[in-house]
Amino acid sequence: MRTFVAKGVVGIARLLAGGNVRRVGFTPDERQRIYFANHASHLDFVLVWAALPARLRAMTRPVAAKDYWDRAGLRRYLGVKVFNAVLIERTPTSTAPNPIDILLDGLGDRHSLIIFPEGTRGDGSTIAPFKSGLYRLGKARPDVELVPAYISNLNRVLPKGEFVPVPMLASVSFGEPMHIGEDEDKSAFLDRARNAILELRQW
Amino acid sequence: MVNMIHDRQTLMLFGGVLALLLVATIVGQLIKLRKRGDVVDNLNARIRAWWVMSAVFALSLLTGGLGSVILFAALSFFALREFITLTPTRPADHSALFWVFFIITPLQYYLVGAAWYGFFSVLIPVYAFLFIPSRIALSGDSTCFLERSAKIQWGLMVCVYCVSHVPALLMLEIPGYAGKNARLLFFLVVIVQLSDVLQYVWGKLLGKHKIAPVISPSKTWEGFIGGVLSATLIGTALWWATPFTMWQTMGMAFIITVMGFLGGLTMSAIKRDAGVKDWGSSIQGHGGVLDRIDSICFAGPIFFHLTRYFFT
Repeated sequence: MRTFVAKGVVGIARLLAGGNVRRVGFTPDERQRIYFANHASHLDFVLVWAALPARLRAMTRPVAAKDYWDRAGLRRYLGVKVFNAVLIERTPTSTAPNPIDILLDGLGDRHSLIIFPEGTRGDGSTIAPFKSGLYRLGKARPDVELVPAYISNLNRVLPKGEFVPVPMLASVSFGEPMHIGEDEDKSAFLDRARNAILELRQW
Repeated sequence: MVNMIHDRQTLMLFGGVLALLLVATIVGQLIKLRKRGDVVDNLNARIRAWWVMSAVFALSLLTGGLGSVILFAALSFFALREFITLTPTRPADHSALFWVFFIITPLQYYLVGAAWYGFFSVLIPVYAFLFIPSRIALSGDSTCFLERSAKIQWGLMVCVYCVSHVPALLMLEIPGYAGKNARLLFFLVVIVQLSDVLQYVWGKLLGKHKIAPVISPSKTWEGFIGGVLSATLIGTALWWATPFTMWQTMGMAFIITVMGFLGGLTMSAIKRDAGVKDWGSSIQGHGGVLDRIDSICFAGPIFFHLTRYFFT
């Protein structure tokens, strides 16, 4: 049933946004990875997820906002059951566990993650500076490849503040996997990661 | 329409297409044996896609009117999606676009299915034309206002209004031709597509003098004349399947092919302006849906109205 619903959601996403996928120096396989992408729409993770081969989808978990997805009904069903999302608080409280620990936990020893290091949805015209989570994840798990992904046009399918999507051809471009350099500091790495996504724009 | 499957003339029409596809496939494979390269691969990809497109089209005709209405509604949807993707809209257009895709387009095809000619012919040129700019104005963003409204309206006209005239052929009541209208649809689509292919073939064989090099480097006078004449001749040979006399059929086929050419040229101009080669990549070797149906967009409404005015 869950895979059936997942197929349905992927089908709807493709009907709305097309299924255009480009791979620039990236070959999908079973290795553990963290896909990081620009963020302009609630549908972003669905499209990145749909852009992966079906056998990799089951092991790939999107990271999503707990306050949005952990609500009774359809959202929790889709978020937790269908997409197996790792949910984190957007506004951390002192009592809540460290979000990085939750992500590392979600990664485990066989899953991959889809994260949006900008932290919030933009308007699609620019990419905001990255938050440090990607760097901290990469430091804690140097064995996991970090894969940049650029999502184009999806902000026009479902812009921030709108509730109903309209059809528009979007695309997902995956770039070459990267690792944090041995003596690379936080801001240098985050800049490099952000530029990797910006470079994919031309494809 | 159901008993259409059983009659001989229809079988001959479908048989003709089947024979053509077989010949094309064999020729494509023979060329592949002698020569390799991107052009040959593209040719064979195109032929493979033709098999799929012909099968879908044939199925839609055999399932009766409803199948054709659904098929062309889907084509309109995908074509409009390609068109709007290349059109720079702004966030304030979102609601207008929602209406365009999910209310106006289905309504237009509902009217085709319901054979409500009066409303069908004014829904988009009158009601949508007034509704779209109003809805955008309500969103309160005046940047490039006229341009945005005009482009959305243009997309709707070409991708939905024009295309919907093809299945609308089924609603025409032609004396002595009742229950056979699906053949008109077949005639139109086959002649337009053949004309496209033949213009391409003649252009590759003899093409020298470019018609509009800036807009479409592949369109030549030799290809145009050769394609139009040969497609018109083939169309004339199908006169027994139409409600027209032989000379009338020739005239219709000629107009269809010329309109098809103008459609391809016009849509190329838009692509050139947007800086792209194809509208999309959904059909192997052909580009997007709009690349395949651009000529039908222009030929459909004219064929519909000529038939309606002179023969009903």
